Amino acid sequence: MNDFLSDRKKKLENFKKNIRKKHVNYDPIDIPDGLFVKCDQCGAAIYEKTLEANHSICPYCEYHFRMNATKRMSLTFDQGSFEELFSEIQSSNPLNMEGYEDKIEKGRKFSGLNEAFLCGTASLVNIPTLVGILDSNFMMGSMGSAVGEKVTRLIEYATKEKLPLIIFSASGGARMQEGILSLMQMAKTSAALEYFDQKGLLYISVMTNPTTGGVAASFASLGDINIAEKSSLIGFAGPRVIKQTIRQELPEGFQTDAFQLAHGQVDLVVHRKDMRKTLYKLLQFHQRKTGDK
Amino acid sequence: MSETNVAWEKVKLARHPKRPTASYLIKELFPDFIELHGDRGFADDEAITAGLATFNGIPMTIVAEEKGRNTEEKIKHNFGMPHPEGYRKAIRLMKQAEKFKRPILCIIDTPGAYPGIGAEERGQAQAIAYNLKTMIGLKTPIIVLVLSEGGSGGALAIGVGDHIFMFENSIYAILSPEGFASIIYKDSAKADYAASIMKLTAEDLKAFNVIDTIIKEQEGLHVNPDYGIQSFKTELTKVLKKLIPLSSTKLLKNRYQKYREMGVYIEKGAANEPETTED
Repeated sequence: MNDFLSDRKKKLENFKKNIRKKHVNYDPIDIPDGLFVKCDQCGAAIYEKTLEANHSICPYCEYHFRMNATKRMSLTFDQGSFEELFSEIQSSNPLNMEGYEDKIEKGRKFSGLNEAFLCGTASLVNIPTLVGILDSNFMMGSMGSAVGEKVTRLIEYATKEKLPLIIFSASGGARMQEGILSLMQMAKTSAALEYFDQKGLLYISVMTNPTTGGVAASFASLGDINIAEKSSLIGFAGPRVIKQTIRQELPEGFQTDAFQLAHGQVDLVVHRKDMRKTLYKLLQFHQRKTGDK
Repeated sequence: MSETNVAWEKVKLARHPKRPTASYLIKELFPDFIELHGDRGFADDEAITAGLATFNGIPMTIVAEEKGRNTEEKIKHNFGMPHPEGYRKAIRLMKQAEKFKRPILCIIDTPGAYPGIGAEERGQAQAIAYNLKTMIGLKTPIIVLVLSEGGSGGALAIGVGDHIFMFENSIYAILSPEGFASIIYKDSAKADYAASIMKLTAEDLKAFNVIDTIIKEQEGLHVNPDYGIQSFKTELTKVLKKLIPLSSTKLLKNRYQKYREMGVYIEKGAANEPETTED
């Protein structure tokens, strides 16, 4: 047995030295990682800097790449106007789920945020607003207790300060790792919006790619104006679950922004480059007269 | 697993083929029940049975998810999985209850809201969200009973209320244990293990303050439904007595507070953030 093994080992070394070596005989070309990005929709290779300068939109097919919360904040709101609120609220592990802490840690590294929801005050062409942005880089923008609490506090703050509220959603839904407590955040956030509503204040919900599950079925669908950003998947159940349930192929364009518009679920579909302009226009229509407070 | 998996046993009991569905409870509790149909927009969704009845002489509105008991019934009621028109029928009748100052009883029994093409086309997400937001502000007592299976947003969409009851052998969760296992462990066959950590039993949910009262079943509703139903009847009488005299301001304040406090999170040394309590 030992002989056999040592024999094999010799043969392998021989192979490595004499045969495989020959194939590695070329000068490696130095291609740095991440210089080109492949478009999810048309497959084109896009120079990263071109993509970045183009608001992360494919210059060939207009596909909107996912965008992190920080980037979206600086793209949409007045430079330097954002002041973060409620960053002290963070997730715990109420179900003692194995691996959840690691997932949170990864999400933090990946997104640069404490939680999947970045929120605070910001202005848009000098109109003060409260803004919240879900980041799909943090555990798919899922809503657990911490996200639910931050969303609720943001809504309550807007209610108290009588300010317009804009929330960008990007979420796979309720956060499984916190079980029933995540589900209850749907009721909590929607409840806060009921009282916000009663004060006659404006809430614009912008659904970006993707907005599904418990987030779609709570605050994301409850805007006075519901906007779908172009290239977004929006719906309650994910396409995979629906396919498994009904055992048929899904129609072309199912659950896209255009589908939601055609079925009367959103007020308008907005191209990312027009987002700031559109939000500004809508905010202007709802400007409160001085002394209206 | 060496010790008995209590949660999985409950899942099996909650889905026991002999366990009564909502229609049986309605028949037993409300002999004068009259069913009302339709969302006034699209259709009548038979996954939700709703209507009027009296309880101890008090007119009430009943909204119940109905699974059906045999194959034919199950198909008719779509296995208790509502479409948007079901939730819209439910909220239409709840608003009517508010108008006539009738207390509402919602009976939850669903694997979840139906995931299908028509459901998406007609706005399943929007329908659920609208119910959550509306129920929190309805100026009439809302009592919720989880009868067997409380599945996800499809359950919560008729589950926001002032007092939440759960039968001893019912479950209430973010997703079915099978769905949970397939997402977290990429294997739906690990449903029994998933059930054991999901905290989906009545006791678990009571500990999280997600529900208020557990209704004992003795041998189980599938063996002796009358025991559980009689206990619920006694509890419902007590709770109605407590809720009906409350002013709507007080009722709604309590209801808001109940949901406001749900969730477990860490608050790291709150520094300069403003106070945000409601006035």
